[in-house]
Amino acid sequence: MVTKKEIKLSFVIALWFMVLTFPIMVIKVNTIKNIVIFRWENLLWTGIVCFFASLIWNYFLRMKEEKKKSDTKEDIPIVHRLLQNEKFKIPFLVAIGIFALVYPFVFSMYHTSILISALIYVMLGLGLNIVVGLAGLLDLGYVAFYAVGAYAYALLNLHFGISFWVVLPISALLGTIFGTLLGYPVLRLRGDYLAIVTLGFGEIIRIVLENWDELGNGPRGIGNIPAPSFFGHQFNQHNSVIYIYFIVIGLVLLTIFFVNRLENSRIGRAWIALRDDEIACQAMGIDKFKTKLTAFALGATWAALGGVVFAAKTSFINPMSFTIWESITILCVVVIGGMGSAIGVIAGALVLILLPEYLRAVAEYRMLVFGALQVIVMVFKPEGLIRSVRKIYKFEKIKE
Amino acid sequence: MRLFKIILGVAVVGILGFFGIKEIIADPVYFLELFLGGLTRGSIYALIALGYTMVYGIIQLINFAHGEIYMIGAMTALIVASVLGLWGWNSAVIVILAIVFAIVYSCAYGFTVEKIAYKPLRTAPRLSALISAIGMSLFLQNYVMLAQTSEFMPFESLIPDFKFWEPVAHIITAVEMTIIVTTIIVMILLGMLIKFTKIGKAMRATAQDKIMASLVGINVNRVISTTFVVGSATAAIGGVLIACHVGQVNFFIGFLAGLKAFIAAVLGGIGSVPGAVLGSLVLGISESMFTGYFWSEYEDVFAFSILVIILIFRPSGILGKDETSKV
Repeated sequence: MVTKKEIKLSFVIALWFMVLTFPIMVIKVNTIKNIVIFRWENLLWTGIVCFFASLIWNYFLRMKEEKKKSDTKEDIPIVHRLLQNEKFKIPFLVAIGIFALVYPFVFSMYHTSILISALIYVMLGLGLNIVVGLAGLLDLGYVAFYAVGAYAYALLNLHFGISFWVVLPISALLGTIFGTLLGYPVLRLRGDYLAIVTLGFGEIIRIVLENWDELGNGPRGIGNIPAPSFFGHQFNQHNSVIYIYFIVIGLVLLTIFFVNRLENSRIGRAWIALRDDEIACQAMGIDKFKTKLTAFALGATWAALGGVVFAAKTSFINPMSFTIWESITILCVVVIGGMGSAIGVIAGALVLILLPEYLRAVAEYRMLVFGALQVIVMVFKPEGLIRSVRKIYKFEKIKE
Repeated sequence: MRLFKIILGVAVVGILGFFGIKEIIADPVYFLELFLGGLTRGSIYALIALGYTMVYGIIQLINFAHGEIYMIGAMTALIVASVLGLWGWNSAVIVILAIVFAIVYSCAYGFTVEKIAYKPLRTAPRLSALISAIGMSLFLQNYVMLAQTSEFMPFESLIPDFKFWEPVAHIITAVEMTIIVTTIIVMILLGMLIKFTKIGKAMRATAQDKIMASLVGINVNRVISTTFVVGSATAAIGGVLIACHVGQVNFFIGFLAGLKAFIAAVLGGIGSVPGAVLGSLVLGISESMFTGYFWSEYEDVFAFSILVIILIFRPSGILGKDETSKV
């Protein structure tokens, strides 16, 4: 299983890491008191951990290579196979449905609240999946539209007292408008230029919100955003969390339905075709620009919807919630989950958002673990946790 | 559309030129200060942007962890300088050793990061490599934060205030001058490396066509590693210099600096080395002018706006080639 050569290699790697991490792990400088502490025990731990990590790493890397060589036919991810099986599909969906229904009553408000955030990310992820996964446009400023939605609700409510349910369609419209306006000048750019320009727009919106005091109180943000009402009835705090939970579940179901229908529609197939080969796609008579713009605007619409729910859930928003890290997290949800696959994105959102929440026990290490996990998942499963499966059209022989 | 672009361009240049000349005549010293400050800033951006643009030129990857390499360079210099300072070594020796250690360690980190996070992903979708880079960036930030501290650490300037520099020190400090001169030297050395040496030739070949390069006997993996090492070395120099300039270091400095440098690289046309330098200088100087004459709180907005405007007019950056994709 593990050869002698590999052990030797791991030993060398461990030594390399001991040297590499020496100044930062071992020496600790206190520049104020002017003392230097040497923490030699860290050197030992680094060596031991790196030795075993390297052994495991190389072993799995070898397994991956061997697997690639041995079977050439595509294996469909197990989740897809299960869902294709009619016998399994219905009980599975019913079980998930029942679980989702009873969840807020069984678990505490804290857990419900965390699940709400994860579900908001499911929405955002599915929206971004249209842009990145289906249309292949790398958008690093997705959070801008999320901010548009959240601020739309907060401001419209603050100044005009408009309720959640009225704002929801308004903000969706606003998201579409912003997406179109932003997409119009930038969608001519290719690949990474597009990524950096969208990133720029995301940051511009955040900085403007931070400095423009008259609009949204600057960095102090807007508080006291009311929770949604139920036909005029306002719930108490505990019940309103449960209520929002069901609203989010409803919106997520709506999103899944829409995305599913879109994917197999004419425009959805145009997106996928455009992602795979622009020139061939144009030769088939698809308007490249218009198709990209639709993807961008639709993605923005979901982000704005997510923003409204976010504002209603937290009842307080400020520009700090809309940093570039938020965009990156949503992108990670899409890519780690599996680009272009709706189930993958849902799984990705649940893993990526719930994991850091429950890792709070090891609070200071959680971002370290999170970063390392991103690298590990990508190295061993570059196409995401649950890969998307191309639709295969089968032709049956016609009997003559 | 074309006419519109020309009219807009003329109008912008005209207005800027008019107010610019008026301001320069009103207070030439202030203008000079801003200009040199911008040049310093641009030089630092250039040192970091080189790493981005070289890596991108070869493997088409936005190396998100590059900013962290720069931060590790500055950190290492700080640690080495403080330890040696406490041991009472000669200050000249400290300066040299700190810089050498910073460069060596940054190179080692750059090399290791490439081996762990990017090499297994050579054939994977490009976005996967990008996420891996983001993960690496997050990991390195938190690693430094946990192993050291999350607070800002004061960084004593390694560059002394030279006596002979006193007469002009109110316009441009000795540190700023050192930054500009060092950057020019590094640029010349790098240009020579790429243009005249064998490895430089191999780099250019790999950037053009990886498969063809490997067919004529170039070890592509080694070329990619070398690119990471060279890029990390320039970033380390940038890290030490800016730490001297700003006077403090923490685990998060790499992120914003990396972002700005990346913008500069895109501005100049990513993948092009002269483009990265030009883009950095344009960004640095215009940022400095903007904060000097207009509002300082919108500095970053301005940086991004410049980027957007330039990319709308020249979709592949200032010096980037217009690539027409072929079937």
